[in-house]
Amino acid sequence: MSFWRSPRATPYLLLLPAIAVILAVVLVPLLVSFWTSFTAYNLTRPQTLFQFVGLRNYQRLLGSDDFWWAFGRTVLFITIALNLEMVLGLGLALLVSRITRGQRTLRTIMMFPMMFSPILVGFQFKYIFNDAVGLVNNALFDLGLIRQPIAWLVDGTLANFSIIFAEVWMSTSVFAILLLAGLMALPKEPIEAARVDGCNAWQVFRHITLPFLMPFVFIAMTIRSLDVARAYDMVRIMTNGGPAGRTELIWTLMTRVGYQNSQMGMANAMGYVSIILSIVFTFYFYRKLVGARAFMGGAQ
Amino acid sequence: MSRTLSIEKPWQRWAVRAGVFIVMLILVVPGAWVVLTAFRPNIEVLARPAVWIPQQLTLNNFLGIFGLLPTQQGLPVASYFVNSLVISVTSTVVAIAIGMMGGYAFARYRFRGKATLFLGFMLSRTVPGVALSLPLFILWSRLGLIDTSFGLILVYLAVNIPFTIWLTDGFFRQIPVDLSEAAQIDGCTRWQAFWRVEFPLARSGLASAAIFAFLTSWNEYALASQLTRTTASKTMPVGLMDFTAQFTVDWTGMSAMAVLIIIPALVLTFIVQKHLIAGLTFGGVKG
Repeated sequence: MSFWRSPRATPYLLLLPAIAVILAVVLVPLLVSFWTSFTAYNLTRPQTLFQFVGLRNYQRLLGSDDFWWAFGRTVLFITIALNLEMVLGLGLALLVSRITRGQRTLRTIMMFPMMFSPILVGFQFKYIFNDAVGLVNNALFDLGLIRQPIAWLVDGTLANFSIIFAEVWMSTSVFAILLLAGLMALPKEPIEAARVDGCNAWQVFRHITLPFLMPFVFIAMTIRSLDVARAYDMVRIMTNGGPAGRTELIWTLMTRVGYQNSQMGMANAMGYVSIILSIVFTFYFYRKLVGARAFMGGAQ
Repeated sequence: MSRTLSIEKPWQRWAVRAGVFIVMLILVVPGAWVVLTAFRPNIEVLARPAVWIPQQLTLNNFLGIFGLLPTQQGLPVASYFVNSLVISVTSTVVAIAIGMMGGYAFARYRFRGKATLFLGFMLSRTVPGVALSLPLFILWSRLGLIDTSFGLILVYLAVNIPFTIWLTDGFFRQIPVDLSEAAQIDGCTRWQAFWRVEFPLARSGLASAAIFAFLTSWNEYALASQLTRTTASKTMPVGLMDFTAQFTVDWTGMSAMAVLIIIPALVLTFIVQKHLIAGLTFGGVKG
């Protein structure tokens, strides 16, 4: 008892409410979902919560084509989205950094997509890409480029394209703004020295600007992989995994299995796969960030 | 970057300007189109061939979703709005209080298990909302917390606390320890020193942390969509889905609702712009 009254206990007491909330809302539920992933738990039959089936859910998942398609598509989706966002964000940051007047206004405009919640981004592009009333088809019609409406969200390939487009629209700004901040902090001397020594613009970019920006790239990557699952909201409203499962990601498949088919045990097994996926991506970029930071520190 | 040494040719300057203009157009037009749709009559939106220049603007879509038009049956948007507001504000205030205590502990004390605890808080953020919603749905329905504001507030606390701790830890670290020590030498207790010296200095940072927390709760969909059912606790993002039936979508009504969701986000993001960049970078680069 005396420990809790001593000054050594202060930080623990300060942290107690935060720990309690995380325990109750994250840790305990994660343990519950861990347990249910080993049971045949079905929402319609509550007693199945204690029907232990071992690794059966995981075995079934690994043997299921639907799961592997959704899993592969999710990994591909994350990879394409993050890389595109990085390249486009870098390009945008470089462009904006060359504009001297009105840069503040441009930065405010760049923040525009960040104000939209993912569900709104999804709705917005569901509307823009709609085959009957959408902005894209209307424009193509009136320009005389198409005679039949293009079913952007109904055709499998086009639907995947539309979703990637929406995702990139939503998150390129995160990269652009962070990289622009990095460009602003870029020291002038090494660049001037390199120019005096006869480096061309590409060499300066490749050997000075880019290495300096790498920590900023990895911060953006870490932040993005932390909340990459928010793409669920967007896909949910745009296609909800359709047409015929062509845009199914692991997150939409999970809710379909869990809430619509009531197979909670199976859905929780999938939930664990998605959690591990998020942690792997975040951890990978965090390691890169630490590495890049150490490199920068060594260079100074 | 090459500004200082090489002189840009005029065509290069114009190419840069054109590029920036096109990108900004792509960033602004989709959102602006939704906002415009919110003020246009349904007939014009559905017209074929498309009407590009609005012939008339109307507030009927907004009146319609609040059920203020005699011809149209309204949705309970008013109660969704109130729910969203109550849930977001409450969870923000409590998350800031709890997170500030945590951030202060990490910034000012050395204790055993500090690194592990910090990592634990950050790891809790990597759990996707959809994945967390499954066990929460099971637990909350057993505890009777499904479809209650309290249930959702509790969940948003857990979502916001780690980020608040991360931010406030950074803010308190920037304030020199000497200041509060000086105050303590002058006769303040540590508690008084905190409220009179450190808290006022961290206030603007705390305000931006609060805005982040508010926006996270205001915009959240994945958890809310499973943990709420009726007007008792449904929030705005969940309510947005009310407008989509199997084959029909009420575009103008949905756009009006989208505008209602975006306005607070727009205003608040505008206020924290400066902190947004600082908050994102300093923890990362300076370490």
